[in-house]
Amino acid sequence: MSIELKNIAKTYDNKNWILKDINTKIETGEFFAIVGPSGCGKSTLLRMIAGLIPISSGDLQIDNRSVINLPPRERNLTMVFQDYALFPFLDVEANVGFGLKARKMPELKIKKRVAHALELVDLTALKTRKPRELSGGQRQRVALARAIASDAKICLMDEPLSNLDAQLRGKMRSEIRELQQRLGLTLIYVTHDQIEAMTMADRIMVLNNQQVQQVGSPLDIYQHPSNSFVGTFFGTPQMNILKAHCPHTHNQQLIIDPFLTFQSPLDLPAGDYFVGVRPVDFDLTTHVTRTNAFVRSVEYLGNEFIIYIKLDDSAEIRVVTSEKIDLNSNERVLIRPKNKFFIFDHSGKTISFMKGVQNNGRTSKQETQAIIQ
Amino acid sequence: MLNITEQSKKELWLRYIVLTILAAIILIPFLIGFWTSLLPTEDISKGSLWSTHISLDNYVTAFTQTPIIRYLLNSFIISLLTMLSQLFFCSTSAYAFVFLKFKGRNLLFYAFLATMMLPFEAEVIPNFTTVRNLNLLNHYSVMIIPFLTSAFGTFMLRQSFLQIPGELKEAADIEGLSHWKIYARIVLPYSRISLYTLAAYSFLTSWNQYLWPMLTTFSDNFRPVQDGLRQLQSQESFNNWGMIQASAAIVVIPTLVVLFFGQHFFKNGLNEGALK
Amino acid sequence: MEEPLNRKLKPLSNKSVTLKTQSIEKSSYDVNAHDKFYAWFFLGPSLVILSIFVFYPMMRTLYLSFFLTNSLGHPSVFVGFSNYINLLTSSAYLDSLTATLIYVIAVSILTLVFGLLLAQTASKKIAGINIFRTIFSGTMGVSVSVAAIFWLFIFNPSIGLLDQVASFFHLPTINWLTQPSWAMTAVIISTVWMNLGFTFLIFFGAFQSVPKFFYEAAEIEGLSRSYQFFHITLPMISPTIFFISIITLIESFKSFGLIDLMTAGGPNNATNLLVYRIYQDAFLSGNYGSASTQSVILAIIIALFTLIQFKLLEKKVTY
Repeated sequence: MSIELKNIAKTYDNKNWILKDINTKIETGEFFAIVGPSGCGKSTLLRMIAGLIPISSGDLQIDNRSVINLPPRERNLTMVFQDYALFPFLDVEANVGFGLKARKMPELKIKKRVAHALELVDLTALKTRKPRELSGGQRQRVALARAIASDAKICLMDEPLSNLDAQLRGKMRSEIRELQQRLGLTLIYVTHDQIEAMTMADRIMVLNNQQVQQVGSPLDIYQHPSNSFVGTFFGTPQMNILKAHCPHTHNQQLIIDPFLTFQSPLDLPAGDYFVGVRPVDFDLTTHVTRTNAFVRSVEYLGNEFIIYIKLDDSAEIRVVTSEKIDLNSNERVLIRPKNKFFIFDHSGKTISFMKGVQNNGRTSKQETQAIIQ
Repeated sequence: MLNITEQSKKELWLRYIVLTILAAIILIPFLIGFWTSLLPTEDISKGSLWSTHISLDNYVTAFTQTPIIRYLLNSFIISLLTMLSQLFFCSTSAYAFVFLKFKGRNLLFYAFLATMMLPFEAEVIPNFTTVRNLNLLNHYSVMIIPFLTSAFGTFMLRQSFLQIPGELKEAADIEGLSHWKIYARIVLPYSRISLYTLAAYSFLTSWNQYLWPMLTTFSDNFRPVQDGLRQLQSQESFNNWGMIQASAAIVVIPTLVVLFFGQHFFKNGLNEGALK
Repeated sequence: MEEPLNRKLKPLSNKSVTLKTQSIEKSSYDVNAHDKFYAWFFLGPSLVILSIFVFYPMMRTLYLSFFLTNSLGHPSVFVGFSNYINLLTSSAYLDSLTATLIYVIAVSILTLVFGLLLAQTASKKIAGINIFRTIFSGTMGVSVSVAAIFWLFIFNPSIGLLDQVASFFHLPTINWLTQPSWAMTAVIISTVWMNLGFTFLIFFGAFQSVPKFFYEAAEIEGLSRSYQFFHITLPMISPTIFFISIITLIESFKSFGLIDLMTAGGPNNATNLLVYRIYQDAFLSGNYGSASTQSVILAIIIALFTLIQFKLLEKKVTY
């Protein structure tokens, strides 16, 4: 079942827009993640798709049929909540069958469905337990089983893993992904966790400031962020954003300091810009006489180092390297660019990508696509 | 089939209708009371509730010819002192039960709990003898001293103190704070929501006392307002309805005003309490 | 996790966290003796008050219940259980007990049902709902004497509201307070009305505390409002329902003020509830022995219900 969002917007008072201009089409069987910082409206959007909150303007179509006037039930979808919404007074089996029973499905059929769903999430042995007798991960699975049992082909998930510990989250990520593919569900998954979105989704919608920042595949979004927000939101440690200056209009040079300059692939008007560099894309040289920075601290993570470095022009950056290095605090080093970086204008919009990339279509066409080297 | 907006509109109207009916049921006694307090008693006793002689005369009569102000003042003094002393003694007792280690603590706590099961109404006979022997009759103290502390309040605050994280007490111990300082600077501020609740509860309970003051006070100088109204009613022997209703209004309006303005605060208190 | 911890530690933040010599010294003397001193200091006053006004009178009441008493309330003749036997075989007392049970049960059920109804209709956030919420909690500010005056006028024969309405529609007028069963009805109505403010507030709080996602889940399943109410709301707030039931039961067993003001136990002892009877026997008839016996019976009844309440509080939740 496909879902199409057309110019969807939300306001409560006709003045302040919670969401604006939401457009996308989610294909049948797609794992679609909506990601953004807290308060960006992603849960609101999900609830509008579910029909729990009315849509202020725009249209929502499921299988090419407008559903904005349909109550949630007739949209034929199911939802998994952040807090699981398990009834404390019902056991696992009754929780999974709750919706079916309320819809007056024959007892025998309910039993079969519930048993099947519990089997899929590996909970058959615990079906007589009450929610409070289950661990967090098990409760999460009960919630999944309830969604599976309902037989709807669209499943909405609202931060389903945020109450689990890191280890369990990793495990559940692959379980949910597996279930989704096995059952052929169209899954809309809301999360604030960029790693969840990156690892699970077919496509990602990034929301911030009431608006869609970018829609694309995880790879696309990582490699071609449409603006500095998307650039910094994905990837850990965060992308470094440095203030750079372009002295002359036809110079194509972005200068941070004498050693740290970036060659823009296209002509830029003179002025101030931002250069985005991922922590792995710096070149760090030690034991040289000419330096432009010093080491603040070093974190060793087993297979790589995160080095916190202060540039002499006072900006602070993170550099990641897997080379074996021996650095002391306050040691002087030389920081130079590798050849991968992004150029953003003063509003954060991406002007230039690194080599071998294609515009994803959301960046304005007028911006000349640039390729370095 | 109705679409969402039409259906919810219908539902909304239905909800307002039910709300209005229920509000009317709750409000009618108030409205009748306030309305008749504005009417001349002659009209009321003729059975006519529609009068054109609307005035505040009944209020003037109530204020000038009855000790209603004195009753209110008495009640206020009694309730305030009862509330303050309960806040103090209940919180110190609860502190002892939670933070102090001493022999027989559990036994004593169960004794406190046991008193919660015993209704004061079942103990009025010996209590009356006691206060008579202590020469407390017909004075503020007779309505305050038996209620200086409360087992219920102690129990409630103990539950609240138990919620205080252990690290706080440990941090205080490391700093070498005395029990008195821990009580005053950590435990009380931390449990202020429960203290507010107890304050409201003890004040209202005291304000609404009826049986005990009726048995132990005989003069208008000390009579609290509940028994004061009873006194007015029996003296006027149901004749002066306008004045009686005005007196009732004088008594109820302050509490309604407090309730109205307190409700925002009260709701916040509930929320904060729920977050704990 | 970090933030709440900081908040909790705030009261201490103006102090250094270093160990002072004082606390090292402290461990050198007996901590338990120190606590013991404070225990007496903190608990002493409460213990004295409770001993004089709760423990002693209970013992004394129990003691008196086995005696005949003189006019001053002093025990004169030990009679064993005969006070109890006399009471439990006296039709007047049994009638009072029956009346009390009818009153208590009716008041509790009506308070519960109307309290739930008020909370349910006021639970949805719609325009102007705060006005209704304020009105619904209004009777919390009404004391027993004010309620009695309001309702006495409404039930008043010939000039009261109900009779005016009845005569307007040419219905037979009822002498509310002078006919036994109507008097009981009148007292029950007044009590329930008085109870509603508090009950509404407690239920309203409970309704608000049911997590919203349960209703969202129900909406997605397409469950009707009434199904949601009976299968989500009621089970979720069942601890509160039990709490309110017990509180209302106990308070109704102790009813005195409204009875005294509205019917004085009449007509024909139809509303002569347990506490009012104790008052009459002890302070009007000087029959302290029998009144003490009645007090003991009342205490036993209330203690039983309070015990149930404790058990519930202990569990806090019933599922």
